[in-house]
Amino acid sequence: MIDQYLYLAVILFVIGAIGVMIRRNALVAFMSVELMLNAANLALVAFAWHHASFDGQVASFFVMVVAAAEVVVGLAIIVSIYKTRRSTSVDNANLLSQ
Amino acid sequence: MIQLEIVDPVAATGLFGYAWLMIALPALGALVLLLFGRWVEKVGPYLAVATITGSFVIAVALFLQLLAAPPESRAVAAHLYTWFSTGSWQLDVGLLVDQLSILFALLITGVGGLIHVYSLGYMAHDARKRRFFGYLNLFVAAMLTLVLADNYLVLFVGWEGVGLASYLLIGFWQHKPSAAAAAKKAFVMNRVGDLGMVLAISAMLAQFGSSAFIDVNHGAATLTGPWVTAIGLLLLLGACGKSAQVPLQAWLLDAMEGPTPVSALIHAATMVTAGVYLVVRSHAIFDLSADARLAVVIVGTVTLLAGAWIGTSKDDIKKVLAGSTMSQIGYMMLAAGIGPAGYAFAIFHLLTHGAFKANMFLGAGSVMHGMNDDVDMRRYGGLAKYLPITFWTFAMGYLAIIGFPLTSGYFSKDHIIEAAFHESALVGTLALLGAGVTAFYMTRLMLMTFGGGKRWADGVHPHESPATMTVPLIVLAALSLVAGAAMNGWIQDWLEPAAGNHPHEVELLPTPIGWLTMLVVAAGVLVGWLVFGRKQIPAVAPQGNPLAVAGRNDLFGDAINDTLVVQPVLGLSRAAVATDAKALDGFVGVITTALGGLSVGGRKVQNGYVRSYALTMVLGVLVVGAVLILGLAA
Repeated sequence: MIDQYLYLAVILFVIGAIGVMIRRNALVAFMSVELMLNAANLALVAFAWHHASFDGQVASFFVMVVAAAEVVVGLAIIVSIYKTRRSTSVDNANLLSQ
Repeated sequence: MIQLEIVDPVAATGLFGYAWLMIALPALGALVLLLFGRWVEKVGPYLAVATITGSFVIAVALFLQLLAAPPESRAVAAHLYTWFSTGSWQLDVGLLVDQLSILFALLITGVGGLIHVYSLGYMAHDARKRRFFGYLNLFVAAMLTLVLADNYLVLFVGWEGVGLASYLLIGFWQHKPSAAAAAKKAFVMNRVGDLGMVLAISAMLAQFGSSAFIDVNHGAATLTGPWVTAIGLLLLLGACGKSAQVPLQAWLLDAMEGPTPVSALIHAATMVTAGVYLVVRSHAIFDLSADARLAVVIVGTVTLLAGAWIGTSKDDIKKVLAGSTMSQIGYMMLAAGIGPAGYAFAIFHLLTHGAFKANMFLGAGSVMHGMNDDVDMRRYGGLAKYLPITFWTFAMGYLAIIGFPLTSGYFSKDHIIEAAFHESALVGTLALLGAGVTAFYMTRLMLMTFGGGKRWADGVHPHESPATMTVPLIVLAALSLVAGAAMNGWIQDWLEPAAGNHPHEVELLPTPIGWLTMLVVAAGVLVGWLVFGRKQIPAVAPQGNPLAVAGRNDLFGDAINDTLVVQPVLGLSRAAVATDAKALDGFVGVITTALGGLSVGGRKVQNGYVRSYALTMVLGVLVVGAVLILGLAA
């Protein structure tokens, strides 16, 4: 039974990873990162249900808090980059190569 | 097994304790003149003459002491100090004053002193004459070290010292490129001989644990296998380098670039005789090896003929005398190679040759002095009237070298020819032929220089040299006449303990071989007069037959050396340079290119694209995940 939850979690994680690698828009890449975090949450909760313990759910809470903090910081960075460059494409932010 | 008669030296007492002063005085003179010269600029040359006179006085005093001593205590060893002692090695510096070395010391300091006096006049107008006298003193100190040493290592120190002094003196007129090249050539060719010396000394150290004459003499009989012959041949190689014997003879003719007193002292009387000294001193080795003796005889015979050949075709007066020196030392080597029968004759001829050859070189210098330093005999002629003292003293030397009866050369050379005939008829005939050719080219020299009509260049006014130059000439001419007769009956017995020779009976009347020699010499003089005495000497050298062309080109010695040694070494160095440039640098270049390529590839990871960083992270996660999962499973 738990297998199906785990398959779903893996599929979501892979979709998120591919999304981060492929999508050019910074916001969409960010969303893919959130998707990966959610996949991890799902796996944690599934295991918590399977083992009938609360450890996985507590860990899931931590992940959600971290995800929220990360969103705040990440969106702030993306918005300030957009303000100066007028573009959300991650390809354009390649000054580190010099 | 040949029983060698080895005489052990006695310890030094009394005056012999001061034997080291003989070396120290000229060494001090050289030091002062070369290092503190500016303060002694005016008195410098006289200081040099004073030091060598001091050495001569000491040598004479020691000689008289040895004469008065009984024969078995005529070898005196003076231990000076321990050079170094490490582990089982102990190498000392000591002097051996015995019958052989005292004769050499007298020759070096006596003839050397006369040449120093001569140089006062000859080099009077040279701006660097203080240095010249410093180098001369340095040479005398080194040469005395060579002959007075009691072991081969100290002998080698003197050996190298005379090589250095020779280099400095040949290249004395350093503004002349030819002189600098000649000095370098002499030094490098000497080095080849030094290789033989070093190997021989190393062999002695390996076999006997010491290079002292005592140890080698006693231990020579215990050597097994090819060691005796090997050491003998290596010593011969060293002697060839120093004495300008074939195959290392090419430097002697170029060495005439140096001032004439240098040619007289170093390249006639003393340094070039060091090889003969070495062979006679090492008689213990040579007595035990017939092959090494045969090699010495062959070298001596070939050289005496080669030197005579070269002497017949040169127009430069000094080069004729240089060829003559080469030839006469060939005679000495021949005598030394004959073995116990010939050692004393080799030394006898060495001493008389020192006198008459130095006499003739200084005479040539006197002639050059009067002819504006011109050396070409084709521009001489008729000088007997204008340079009377030079002519008469030179004539004494001429008579001595051709072996005119009762002159010194007559006694010494005749003995060698007779000993050669006893050894083998072929060698004797070749030595006789050499005597005839010697008479021929020396007559040529005399006729071209002093006889015939004047062929002088413009503005040349021949004048006799000053007294400081003519007095040494007179002294040496006197020695050329009487030295032979004085030493003839005495030298063999004197040298017997030192050189291990067997004295022969010497009679007053010449033997049949002696008459034959006189006949051959007379024939040589006659042929010389027929060719050069009757007609006017051409101002330009004629084409000449192939023999003359070969002689004029030093028997193509330089070309042979070039083909056999110089070109292969040049080729080897070019190959080494090419290997270094291509192979080694190429190998290193491959490594650098590979690393560079790796860096170029590695640099692509950091391109500033966020997505490629994301890809890298994902790949990393996959790798870590695989390791964890597989690790847990295993």
